[in-house]
Amino acid sequence: MPKISRQLIDTLSRRGVFLTALAAILIVFLIGLFVIQQGLPAFRAIGVFKFLFGTVWRPGIDEFGILPMIVGSIYVTIGALLLSAPLGIACAIFLAEVAPNRARGVVRNAVELLVGIPSVVYGLVGMVVIVPLIREIGGNGYSVLAGVIVLTIMILPTIVSISEDSLRAVPVSYREGALALGASHWQTIWHVMLPAARSGIMAAVILAMGRAIGETMAMIMVIGNSILIPTSPLDPARTLTGNIAVEIMYASGLHESALFATGIVLFVLIMGLNSLAFVARRHA
Amino acid sequence: MKLSAKLTQRIAFSIIWLAGIFTVLILALIIGYVLSKGISQFNWEFLVTAPQGGLSGEGGISTAIVGTIYIVALTIAIATPLGLGAAIYMSEYATDNWLTRLIRYGVETLAGVPSIIFGLFGFALFVTIMHFNFSILSGALTLACLVLPTFIRTAEEAIKAVPNSYREAGLALAATKWQTVYRVVLPAALPGIITAVILCVGRAVGETACLYVTMGSSAAMPTSLFSSGRTLALHLYYLAMETRALDKAMATGVMLIIIILVINGITNWLAQSFRVRMAGK
Repeated sequence: MPKISRQLIDTLSRRGVFLTALAAILIVFLIGLFVIQQGLPAFRAIGVFKFLFGTVWRPGIDEFGILPMIVGSIYVTIGALLLSAPLGIACAIFLAEVAPNRARGVVRNAVELLVGIPSVVYGLVGMVVIVPLIREIGGNGYSVLAGVIVLTIMILPTIVSISEDSLRAVPVSYREGALALGASHWQTIWHVMLPAARSGIMAAVILAMGRAIGETMAMIMVIGNSILIPTSPLDPARTLTGNIAVEIMYASGLHESALFATGIVLFVLIMGLNSLAFVARRHA
Repeated sequence: MKLSAKLTQRIAFSIIWLAGIFTVLILALIIGYVLSKGISQFNWEFLVTAPQGGLSGEGGISTAIVGTIYIVALTIAIATPLGLGAAIYMSEYATDNWLTRLIRYGVETLAGVPSIIFGLFGFALFVTIMHFNFSILSGALTLACLVLPTFIRTAEEAIKAVPNSYREAGLALAATKWQTVYRVVLPAALPGIITAVILCVGRAVGETACLYVTMGSSAAMPTSLFSSGRTLALHLYYLAMETRALDKAMATGVMLIIIILVINGITNWLAQSFRVRMAGK
């Protein structure tokens, strides 16, 4: 009876694709579950306050404080955003408003390729080009500044492409209205387009912030990884991500749990940022 | 002194042009630098020789190429059915309710979770609890979770771009919903779906952090899915950080950049042909 089997296949397929759609939620849930389950013992043994605000991280004597890594992550992230946001937004305006067709094609392709270049290649170029340059200024080169420069380039595509999308999403009537009032093209961009695209651009910056905090390998390669609170941009530092990656392979017991707890802190930070970006984008 | 609107515009546009040029320049510098430093080591010999491993930076990248192929193939084999199914559900079946919003939030969240957190998850679940140890299987399972959101979003967009008239025509011929999806909508969206696959291949080739903590570091030729191994990107990391063989690392970087350029070329070409196809009919 071909007719019945046809309906049956239809029903089964609908249920099948529904189940696969649930996979995304399931994975988020499992990630949360496993990272929290493994990290919780460290929070219990060490104490939340001592773990978050302790400045000494010495697994040998069971001292686990991640403040230096939190500070390290925040420094490189803020530094990278300060450089990347103006550059990225300017580049987005270029793509959405200013560029002639051919130039737009070239720049857009460059941005796409920047996304594709593997993290370790950025790290390698940072190691052999930027680190020696910084060594000329002072210190040994492996530093917060090196991390900032590498991250600036790595998060640039995120800022450019999402900002461009939100500039393009501004209704044509806004632009026409401004131009009809005799505003110049730049006045239209500055006083009408940018404010109208504000929440989308916000989302771009927040997402880029998440990218920056989460970046691991390139940071390990250029930042020096010492567990100190950096006092100058030329000082080495360690990020939360670097802390996990550098030590997880040989950790066990409380030390391993403390690394998962570092993961919880990272996870909570990123979830917070992503939720903010999600809200900002829905506003857009 | 107040600048005239015209002058302000000229200054602002100059800065904006500079930003665009700067972006292209950065890319050209990175690619140019890696190619110029790595090309002298990069030859056929390098591609087919096994790396010596350990603390030696000698040898080529043959086992890393094989490791990369294993990881990419397995990751795609796991991610494609899941991602395509989810994309079909989200574009064809989902109604706007709390569950759909939850799934969408899940996909968005997953896209933002950093690679190293996926690594911790894979380390806890696949390496430790499921006893796959540090292996290609553990790495690919972890990586499949990581590329899933990219796949879903790209494939969903491609399926949504298929005009509704296609669906109406299918249903008007008394096809079931699934027959319409499977025989009409999916073939029309095929270039976009292939784009999703290729984008995921690109992510898988470049990803390091989550593999670093799930697939070990063996430089030997992998013999099964349960072997440890390294991808090209991981191999580059070990060369740069552990053996300080920077010239070999650069040559490995050349290989990675060639792969990325090829992938970018294919996706651009597919996007072009998809646009033509959707506009033509």
